Amino acid sequence: MATLQLDQVVKSFGDTQVIKGIDLDIQDQEFVVFVGPSGCGKSTLLRMIAGLESTTAGDINIDNQRVNELGPAERGLAMVFQSYALYPHMTVEDNMGFSLKLAGVSREDRRTKVMEAARILQLEPLLERKPKALSGGQRQRVAIGRAIVRNPRIFLFDEPLSNLDAALRVQMRIELARLHEELKATMIYVTHDQIEAMTMADKIVVLQGGVVEQVGSPMELYHHPRNRFVAGFIGSPKMNFLNAVAEEGSAQGVTVRLPGGGSVSIPVDGGQVSEGQALDVGVRPEHLRLDDSGPLKAQINVIERLGGQTSLYVEMDDELITLMVDGDVAHRVGDVVQFGFDPSRAHLFSADGQALQSLTRHPLASLTRQDNRAASEAEA
Amino acid sequence: MNKARTSGRTVGGLRTLSLQAPAVTLLLLWMIVPLAMTVWFSFQRYNLLMPDMTGFAGVENYEYLLTDPALWSAMGTTLLLVGWVLVITVVGGTLLAVLFQQDFMGRGVARVLAISPFFVMPTVSALVWKNMMMHPANGVLAWVAESLGLPALDWFSSLPLTSVIIIVAWQWLPFALLILLTAMQSLDDGKVEAARMDGAGPIAVFFYITLPHLKRAISVVIMIEMIFLLTIFAEIFVTTSGGPGLATTNLAYLIYIRALLDFDVGTASAGGVIAIILANIVAIFLVRMVAKNLEQ
Amino acid sequence: MTTSTTTTTPKAPAADATRSDAAARSQRLRRFTMAVLGWGVALTIFFPIFWMILTGFKTEADAIADPSLIFSPTLDSYAEVQDRADYVKFAWNSVVVSFGSTLLALLIAVPSAYAMAFLPTKRTKGTLLWMLSTKMLPSVGVLVPIYLLFRDVGLLDTKLGLTIVYTLMNLPIVVWMLYTFFKDLPKDILEAGRMDGAGTLQEVWYLLLPLTLPGIASTGLLSVILSWNEAFWSLNLTTSQAAPLTAYIASFSSPEGLFWAKLSAASTMAIAPILVFGWLTQKQMVRGLTFGAVK
Repeated sequence: MATLQLDQVVKSFGDTQVIKGIDLDIQDQEFVVFVGPSGCGKSTLLRMIAGLESTTAGDINIDNQRVNELGPAERGLAMVFQSYALYPHMTVEDNMGFSLKLAGVSREDRRTKVMEAARILQLEPLLERKPKALSGGQRQRVAIGRAIVRNPRIFLFDEPLSNLDAALRVQMRIELARLHEELKATMIYVTHDQIEAMTMADKIVVLQGGVVEQVGSPMELYHHPRNRFVAGFIGSPKMNFLNAVAEEGSAQGVTVRLPGGGSVSIPVDGGQVSEGQALDVGVRPEHLRLDDSGPLKAQINVIERLGGQTSLYVEMDDELITLMVDGDVAHRVGDVVQFGFDPSRAHLFSADGQALQSLTRHPLASLTRQDNRAASEAEA
Repeated sequence: MNKARTSGRTVGGLRTLSLQAPAVTLLLLWMIVPLAMTVWFSFQRYNLLMPDMTGFAGVENYEYLLTDPALWSAMGTTLLLVGWVLVITVVGGTLLAVLFQQDFMGRGVARVLAISPFFVMPTVSALVWKNMMMHPANGVLAWVAESLGLPALDWFSSLPLTSVIIIVAWQWLPFALLILLTAMQSLDDGKVEAARMDGAGPIAVFFYITLPHLKRAISVVIMIEMIFLLTIFAEIFVTTSGGPGLATTNLAYLIYIRALLDFDVGTASAGGVIAIILANIVAIFLVRMVAKNLEQ
Repeated sequence: MTTSTTTTTPKAPAADATRSDAAARSQRLRRFTMAVLGWGVALTIFFPIFWMILTGFKTEADAIADPSLIFSPTLDSYAEVQDRADYVKFAWNSVVVSFGSTLLALLIAVPSAYAMAFLPTKRTKGTLLWMLSTKMLPSVGVLVPIYLLFRDVGLLDTKLGLTIVYTLMNLPIVVWMLYTFFKDLPKDILEAGRMDGAGTLQEVWYLLLPLTLPGIASTGLLSVILSWNEAFWSLNLTTSQAAPLTAYIASFSSPEGLFWAKLSAASTMAIAPILVFGWLTQKQMVRGLTFGAVK
């Protein structure tokens, strides 16, 4: 069992508070991703969990045991660094076996364990090599192998894929997911890339400025972002925000007047909304549809054709709006288009950035780990 | 943010302190004790040849020293020595750095030869110059002069200070060359090429690109040389013993004379204090420059 | 311009070739001039050393004759010097004092540099700068107290005394250089070590020292060079027993004429190892000698 619980964890460097009181609950075997922009504190948080940074206040509990005072190895954790941090003067085998050597494990036992990890990661042919004779992807696998050998309670990953090229990154993402299945371990993964977060996580923790903005499954964050920040951070291309004015609001829905004059009724809880209140309407590019009777009208500035899909960048009232439409759309730059959206796909945000509560939940938003795995696995 | 913080263990100032303790304590003792003693002695009437005469001398030693023509002669000699060596090494070093930056065959070996004098111990350097190069009868320079039909020069009799300057400059030119060459290697080729494209000839490139880039390194060379040239000793000791008369006695040698030859501890200590003050003036600037570098 | 039926020749290819030929030639000329200048300067600077090495291979008679490159070489001078017991003793003094002070300095400096590089506090930078400033203290300023102190404690003319002085003299530079080499080590390698369960000593033994060994070596060499060549304390604090080679050579400052070949041989042997060390550590020397102010 490997659970992690953070209780009002705070970290200050001198007078600057970098982590401002975070609560978090991580279940056994969960793949949790910490994601956020640069400087949000995700790496710091990871390092505090690892034991490489001290905790200024609050408790870190692993398996219900407070570990604040324990060193990294005593906490039963292993970490894969962004730069891999392999020991340059040791062979791959020695790199992977170093922790066992420090623990006084015998040579034969060390070899057995290292071979096991090497098998999982297909590193057998590389055991005698030194890190400088390895490619980036190979080094990364050695770093992972080093962590596996330790048989930790929780695996920590600090942006492990950022130093790899795009193709390798996709490959390694799948590898890591497979690894997660095979090892059945709890994993905490830090990245600034929200695509990695969306594809790999059971649970995503969105951080900004040392504070947790939202915790949830990928689909939950996508369909029900709790505030403007999360809405704009998750999903690529970024969500569009339109300035709107509330016409009428009740617990059954809110009608807003869009820029350009059109009106639309959005199914959110508008009990607190007053007439004339300024609101932001959030619609994702993929949910905007070209519609000659749509309430919005704008001129196309830039077209990006990817083949299967086309991105249209239109300008409306000095705002640049992105539409993601089917690849066969034949418009050209300069065309004026009309478009609209399904109101149930839209989000409303009040001036303080909070999202108004949606009246319906998207079916996929409640997806759990089990649902994503193979049926046979679920039965086991 | 202090990225170097690697806590997670219970480290603190205490641990750092205990690790630093040996080095810091030793250097503290090394600096404070002798320094304090020198200052103390400089205010004492203390002459090893006249052990009965002791007592607080106040500023007597300083008065005596500052009115002693020997001191002023020594200061002048020091000034000439340091000044000339600085000029020769910095100008020569810069020009040679430019030369050795050029690509030519065997450049690496030539460089190694050119920096060698700095690694030769000063007593050997002094002896070689005195007896093999500058010797009026057997020296190489004498032989060269005679081959050209000129009279051989007795360097150390007629031009004692010049001779010492030549020896010291010969030793320190490679130092300047080494430092400036290293600094030159960080000169961005792109800048030079851009200047060339703008039509700059080699002389313009030197004055407008190379020299400004070397400004920092040159000032470091000047400061370090000033600190160490102030107390040149071995070369004088081996060649002229400060003579003829006081012609080649610099401040360091004068202190030595007073201390270990005249056994006048009081006066020598006063001289020492003066030397320390002079060195400190330069040191302040050097430390500031190093501090700036540490920021990066 | 009307197009003629025959192809108009652009500038004649021969002229093009001449231009690039001329460019290549002026490049070669430049290279040649630089080589002449460079080698000329290098040989002129190196000449006195060369001459000294050469003289060691001459007989005494040849040594004081008119300077000449033609002579019959002999190894007699070298042999005679090595047979002299006092030369061997003084050479041994140099070795003991230089390497001893270096070893001592390294032992004291490693923990200090470790603390400054990996456990920095607000005071660290100040301490480092202060240490460097002690190196800028002119030795002559403290000649008197050190001499008297050593005399009273019985350290005059002892290898121990000189070693202590050299250790303290070189300590700032050794600490400084080790500090820069330790800082160059990527922080996350040591962190990975800690994740693997390494305590401080294990970190140092298995990771820090092996990975910074080249830096430690060049620091050590620099310290040896500075101690070996040191010619102030060695001249003033030693006489007959503990004198290193610097003092031994200096004792021949008043020429007695008839033994230049032997003296040259002795001097050559005295400087040879340091010349080699110096050639090997050129780059690191700059770091150490300028206290990092020049990179």
